[in-house]
Amino acid sequence: MSHFQNDLRKRAEDLVALYPVKRSAMLPLLHLAQEQDGYLSEEGITEVAELVGTSEAEVRGTAAFYDMFHLEPVGKYVVGICTNIACLLAGGEELLEHATKKLGCAVGGTSPDGLFTLEETECLADCDIAPVVQVNHRYVRTTTPDAFDAMVEEVREGKRDSDIPLHGTLIRVRRSGGLQAPREEIAAQRATAQAAREARAAKEQK
Amino acid sequence: MATFSAPQIVSSRKDFDDSHTLSRYLETGGYVALKKALGMFPEKVAAEVDAASLLGRGGAGFPAGRKWSMLRRSPISYLVVNGDESEPATFKDHYLIERDPHQLIEGVVIAAYALQVSQAFIFLRGEFALGLERVQQAVNDAYAHGALGSKIFGSDFSLDIVVHPGAGAYICGEETALIEALEGKRGFPRIKPPFFPAVTGLYGEPTVVNNVETMSNLPWIVNNGGAAFAALGEGRSTGTRLFALAGRVKNPGVYEVEMVKNTFRDLIYDPQFGGGIIDDKKIKAFIPGGVSAPWFGPDLLDLPLGQDQVAEKGSMLGSGSVVVLDEDSCVVRATWRITKFFSRESCGQCTPCREGSGWIERAMYRVEHGGGRLEDLDLLLDLCDNISPGLLWPPQQTTICVLGPSIPSSVNSAISMFRNEFIAHIEHGGCPHD
Repeated sequence: MSHFQNDLRKRAEDLVALYPVKRSAMLPLLHLAQEQDGYLSEEGITEVAELVGTSEAEVRGTAAFYDMFHLEPVGKYVVGICTNIACLLAGGEELLEHATKKLGCAVGGTSPDGLFTLEETECLADCDIAPVVQVNHRYVRTTTPDAFDAMVEEVREGKRDSDIPLHGTLIRVRRSGGLQAPREEIAAQRATAQAAREARAAKEQK
Repeated sequence: MATFSAPQIVSSRKDFDDSHTLSRYLETGGYVALKKALGMFPEKVAAEVDAASLLGRGGAGFPAGRKWSMLRRSPISYLVVNGDESEPATFKDHYLIERDPHQLIEGVVIAAYALQVSQAFIFLRGEFALGLERVQQAVNDAYAHGALGSKIFGSDFSLDIVVHPGAGAYICGEETALIEALEGKRGFPRIKPPFFPAVTGLYGEPTVVNNVETMSNLPWIVNNGGAAFAALGEGRSTGTRLFALAGRVKNPGVYEVEMVKNTFRDLIYDPQFGGGIIDDKKIKAFIPGGVSAPWFGPDLLDLPLGQDQVAEKGSMLGSGSVVVLDEDSCVVRATWRITKFFSRESCGQCTPCREGSGWIERAMYRVEHGGGRLEDLDLLLDLCDNISPGLLWPPQQTTICVLGPSIPSSVNSAISMFRNEFIAHIEHGGCPHD
């Protein structure tokens, strides 16, 4: 019985099929496991291990390396505020401090209603609109405390559901072309191309 | 002095709200270069890129043509595009990924054709949720348009592109760490030699790794010829380049500028670009190429934006990021935050980097927040010297990758340029700006 519900199992199998080596699907699959549970649950890790053909320890050890993977439950919305150099110069630390008060939790903690988890992030590469704030990895571009508060209320009231999916959902666009990579065709094409290139090089040498 | 007439090679669609769509791309000359390239021999396409002298836009500035020619001896298996843009205050690839994904894809198909590669991966940092969706949509649309997949535009060439999300790790911008992540492992940089993935890359096979901006230049180069690209700029720095300007400037943003023909002063002060310092304050210092680069003072504002010119003065253009500190910016706090970044992002394989970065961060923390001692200045430089002996530029390396030797840049710059501010912090028992 698959832990991945709805179309997630099918999407997971399609992902594995895209790569020449199964394990390459590890990070995309871990994102899918987070989409299912909001974080990486035991069951999610077990299923990823089965899909890529490694042990659960390998999966957990890999996941723990990456900041975006959560091995403990988090809020429905993970709020990331950058305090790296460009944001520091634009008041990122102050906005982060403000956010702890607005959300009622420390950095790394979750708000009492379980809705928001607050993180201090490294550079999010949107430095012309600093300090940078992301909610579930969507740029919300609220650089002032007032704009931040208004955004939090909108999220609470469900007004941002269309542009900010629940935590874990990363890519909503499904791959629709080349679902089965034509490996034999690719191998044949490479051999033909190589022979043609060698023929041209030999001709040039003459 | 400044020349603003240079062509916009990679940012020509910046004024369109729908620049990411296939319809806009086709209306503005999209996929014309690919059709042209498919009518040429692959070697000829590679030769045009060689003639353009296109330097890699990722950070190291290695000539793309040479990277490719290393592969011509043996058939190359994979093309990997590095879109893991994570160098602090660098956001130019973010622009290209979100706003012009078809240009990126067209560049990837052209490069794959030149290299005769049939499988490409576009690795994007996981935090680019919108970018991941836009590039995946563009891949879908390119498939439907016949620009990707089997027998592209009726030619004999086929290519598949897989859009691969990262998951939050600065180190994955290092090309061998990126390959490890793409193999489904922790992003640990690989031991060198071999120095280039062109020898041993993805799954142990010859692999080319190129940056997003490097790829995005290719459609223009094919359309206009390598010579036209090389005619822009000067010396080794050809063409244009995207600069991400951030910090205490009035108009931070991404600007495409002809190499060498403009200076840091133009970029920071010209109304078309940065527009000067916020509240017309004085500039205290600027970081010319990402936080891995040594800092410059106002005396070097008139330095041209060229790879060699910046290298001669002991720093680098690096990732194309320029950060401006004004007279009120606290250099100690800025330095502490940069060291905190490296401490968080060190992958932990090599002792000098893993231990050194944390030790440096703690020493910087106490100077900034109170509890600093005068001997901490010597301690900081000594720790830096242990990571990168001699504190030279280009830096000496005691670690597998260049993350370690990047740590001393800001610490050494800040202490040598602003020693008095460090002493003021120590005597004041914390930050006088607070």
